[in-house]
Amino acid sequence: MAVSSTDISSATTETEVKGRSLWADARKRFFRNYAAVGGLIVLILVGLFALFGPWIARFEIDEIDFTAIGNAAQMGRPSIETGHYFGTDDLGRDIFARTVQGTQISLLVGLVGAGIAVLVGTVYGAVAGYVGGRTDGIMMRLVDVLMAIPYMFVLILLLVMFGRSMIMLFVGIGLLSWLDMSRIVRGQTLSLKNREFIEAARATGVSTAKIITRHIIPNLLGVVAVYATLLVPLMILAESFISFLGLGVQEPLTSWGALIREGAGTMRYGTLWQLGYPLFFFVITLFGFFFVGDGLRDALDPKDR
Amino acid sequence: MKKALIVSLLMGSFLTPVAWADTKDGVELAGEQVFTYRVLDDIKSFDPQINTDVSGSEIMRDLFEGLYNDDATGGQVPGAAESFELSDDKLTYTFTLREATWSNGDPVTASDFVYAWQRLVNPEFASEYAWYMELMGVVNAAAVTTGDMPLEELGVVAVDDQTLQVTIDAPRPYFISMLTHASTFPVPQAVVEEMGDQWTKPGNLVGNGAYTLTSYSPGEQVVRERNPAYWNDAETTIDKTVALIINDENQALTRYLAGELDKTEVPAGQYPRLEEEYPDQAHSFPRSCSYIYMYNLGESGPEYLKDLRVRQALSYAVNRDIIVDNVLQGGQYPSYNWTHQATTGFQMPDLEWASWTQEERDAKAVELLTEAGYGPDNPLTVKLSYNTDEGHKKIAIAASQFLKKTLGVNVELSNSEWKVHLDNLRQGNFELARYAWCGDYNEPSTYLGLFTSNSGHNNGKYSNPEFDRLLEESKTQADPSASYLAAETLLMEDMPMIPIYQYTTVIMLDETVRGWPFENLMQNWYSRDLYIAAE
Amino acid sequence: MLIFIAKRLTVAIPTLLVLIVLSFVLMHAAPGGPFTQERALPPEVLANIEAKYGLDQPLWRQIGTYLINVTTQFDFGPSFIYKDRTVNEIIANGFPITLTYGGISFVVAVLAGCTLGALAGVYQNTWLDYLAVGISIGAQVLPNFVMAPILVLIFTLWLGWLPGGGWQGGQWQYLIMPVIALSTSFMASIARITRSSMLEVLNSNHIRTARAKGLPIRQIILRHALKPAMLPVISYLGPAFVTMITGSVVVDFFFNTGGIGLSFVNAALNRDYAVMMGVTILVGALTILFNLIVDILYAWIDPKIRY
Repeated sequence: MAVSSTDISSATTETEVKGRSLWADARKRFFRNYAAVGGLIVLILVGLFALFGPWIARFEIDEIDFTAIGNAAQMGRPSIETGHYFGTDDLGRDIFARTVQGTQISLLVGLVGAGIAVLVGTVYGAVAGYVGGRTDGIMMRLVDVLMAIPYMFVLILLLVMFGRSMIMLFVGIGLLSWLDMSRIVRGQTLSLKNREFIEAARATGVSTAKIITRHIIPNLLGVVAVYATLLVPLMILAESFISFLGLGVQEPLTSWGALIREGAGTMRYGTLWQLGYPLFFFVITLFGFFFVGDGLRDALDPKDR
Repeated sequence: MKKALIVSLLMGSFLTPVAWADTKDGVELAGEQVFTYRVLDDIKSFDPQINTDVSGSEIMRDLFEGLYNDDATGGQVPGAAESFELSDDKLTYTFTLREATWSNGDPVTASDFVYAWQRLVNPEFASEYAWYMELMGVVNAAAVTTGDMPLEELGVVAVDDQTLQVTIDAPRPYFISMLTHASTFPVPQAVVEEMGDQWTKPGNLVGNGAYTLTSYSPGEQVVRERNPAYWNDAETTIDKTVALIINDENQALTRYLAGELDKTEVPAGQYPRLEEEYPDQAHSFPRSCSYIYMYNLGESGPEYLKDLRVRQALSYAVNRDIIVDNVLQGGQYPSYNWTHQATTGFQMPDLEWASWTQEERDAKAVELLTEAGYGPDNPLTVKLSYNTDEGHKKIAIAASQFLKKTLGVNVELSNSEWKVHLDNLRQGNFELARYAWCGDYNEPSTYLGLFTSNSGHNNGKYSNPEFDRLLEESKTQADPSASYLAAETLLMEDMPMIPIYQYTTVIMLDETVRGWPFENLMQNWYSRDLYIAAE
Repeated sequence: MLIFIAKRLTVAIPTLLVLIVLSFVLMHAAPGGPFTQERALPPEVLANIEAKYGLDQPLWRQIGTYLINVTTQFDFGPSFIYKDRTVNEIIANGFPITLTYGGISFVVAVLAGCTLGALAGVYQNTWLDYLAVGISIGAQVLPNFVMAPILVLIFTLWLGWLPGGGWQGGQWQYLIMPVIALSTSFMASIARITRSSMLEVLNSNHIRTARAKGLPIRQIILRHALKPAMLPVISYLGPAFVTMITGSVVVDFFFNTGGIGLSFVNAALNRDYAVMMGVTILVGALTILFNLIVDILYAWIDPKIRY
């Protein structure tokens, strides 16, 4: 252990000297990682698709093409001529327009949900882990209590009780997912707080709040980044599960989950595009988040040099 | 000894195929007589007086036998009863029971029926189908249910072991057809009282039907096997019936095609394709249910629905042909009225708008709505509620498009899960709501009764004294068909709903399965009527 | 350590109590009740039924009676929907099934996930890393409600190797598809977490020191790196367990295995108060237990953590 203590002190001095260039450094490292850059490009493209798709779509999301209704396998094929670039579903609705709209909702759910989780979870977990003692006990018991309520149960009940709305979906998914985050962060904080550099800060009289914000949280960033990128797709998956149960967004609005669910139901009936296009966007987006997350982790981790 | 053994073995091996190479109706039978079908949900109860759903009733009809059974065309044939006599005032039925036994060997007696019927209305037992006794008109059913009268006052008496006497409050020409309902099936009093709550467990359950319950794995499957003690076991062919609980209809279809099932439902929209590919297996035939969007005409309902022209306009603008031919695609009937057209004793009213083309209807709808004061400057917004389901969703989306395209009406779709939907209906918390009604028995009053002012199911609060009067009259008429016709005509003039379609049963049935009652509108089928033909 | 465990267990009881009361109130606040059905029940019949199940009592008394029955007799009451069965029976029937395929999936996911993740971490930026990352992400992004029907299409309809569903007492051929459908996404999560924490550990000072000293790489990884790299994985296992239970909904839905997952969702949708409560309490108690185990494991692996 003696060895590591000298190592750590040298690491901290290094950080102080290079303090200003840390983020620039991280950016440089990130852009050297081709997978991460590729993921970022994909995400940007998907974002653009969600933003500008409505101008390209030739149909409304709920408009029925009466030539294709009931015979999507023949008349609803993807085609440039008919204007159904991605084909239609069995009701004759344009899959392109619906995929655009589903992308908007799913991205929103993923980002907002993960945002809430990261924000609340990190602060909560770091405080609990660092302060420790009784505060930690109470805070973590509260998390235990909340976690002991089966996640889906609460969501189903909330959606049933307050009717189904987008806001309920955000709140439900976001508020429940910070719990995992806080436990993970706390676990990391526990092993961080006994590290020598924290002890040194404490010894020199730095306030608790400052230690948490200046020393604990930045050191958690790597883990948080990885989990946050894990969370976005998990939020999107959670939303798709809610859609699977039929409790998702209201028609005519849709989401990737709802589209994939419908597509999976009809995949044997000759309208594979109904599953294929939404699933394609779903998959590349999740891949994108994962690669970007990994890239971020490699880039932000100050120990990785 | 050894020789004898060999001989008997040889005999056995020869005899078995000979015994199996049986025929029924001139068709060679398959060696293995097992019928496997899909049910949507888990079975809620094996107790006839507790059971409330269709898939439970299918099993009930195999495990128990009521006084009468349905035949292949929906007529009634003697079951536990051999015959009945009706008094001159048409109020007292005297049934003579068949000499039959329960699966444990005890005789089936009239007192078992009395016990079961009293049990149904017993307030302590609190059956959810207690109202069925009232519907049948058995004397004092309502008073016993509320606890105002003792059980013994119910109008059913065991005169002796083989004679059962039932008194009803008003003549009901369709009374016998109500006796095939599972709620009226007998239960073995001795067993029920001895076992208590445990009596419906496989192994404990004693029935008088053609099959016994041999195993039940919740959420997975129900197995019933032939009951040798059944009075007509000699004419029973299927040895074992298995109900697999499969929630997802597409999944069920895949497993049907993989040969795991002999019967499954066809998902909406898949019938034409399957019919083309498997003409001997895909079937579509009428079923006694009617699908509508109910208008809320009550106090909690919106103002615009008080205007008949709006009600008519909305109804006219829905293109039922597209819903039936392109969305459902299962041979359903586009519907312009309420009562299912194949109901026995029902005469279709001559509805003018039903014979128009959709263009004519659309034009009329626009005209009516404009008259009512709605148009591009003053667009109408309606809220359409339906419960979570793939099929309901598709129909709602199509309907909303018709209203939007033809009339410029904004339709707000509201989808809620089943219990919430029902709660909203009950509390009048809707404007237009999906509703479907399946006949309790094969007669128009099961439909028309729903729209009387005092009906418990009239959630839209439609009320017309003339309509009530016609139905009241029909109860005592020898031939009520004229009253029914008048009532239906009146109902459609007032238009308290948008009729959408009338059901068909759309199933895949393995071509080796024979004896399916395609012509039975109620779809009451019995395993013992089926048989598996050799390939 | 023993004191710590005892302390945790005493907190567990009030936790469960809060959980029970909270879900009870939430549940009863939802519109519709267990006896709301298409055919409205005549008021007198409804009154009889409500009296039978004690639903005519004030809410606080219902909760009281319920708590007393649960704590003194371990009796969760009769199901409101599946009237032949008690909640105890439903759980006794469904839970072993869920536990069987869930447990197997769990083991498969942890073993495969850790192996994949550790390999990817150790051989960072080699083809092995890319392959492992590709597999794990691919496994994670396919929702199991898409995977389940595809599995049935392939193995049941086209190949005819496996039955398309059912349980039959848990014979192996009925287990394969549920385990695949349930374990893949967990395996993927675990692999990703293991990889990232492995990288972190490998880059930490004590490993670098060990490397500098010239210890063989295999020894470094097995003796020094693996244990600390497991820390984040372990904190993921607690929540993963609960998610596994809810994930079993999809398995029960597509493979009619008869597990507790679907019973739970159906109970929520049918307002089967008793079953919903029973399953909630069961899953809640197990979660508390699992979190405790996770904490103990944590303390065991990382001696630096003080309690």
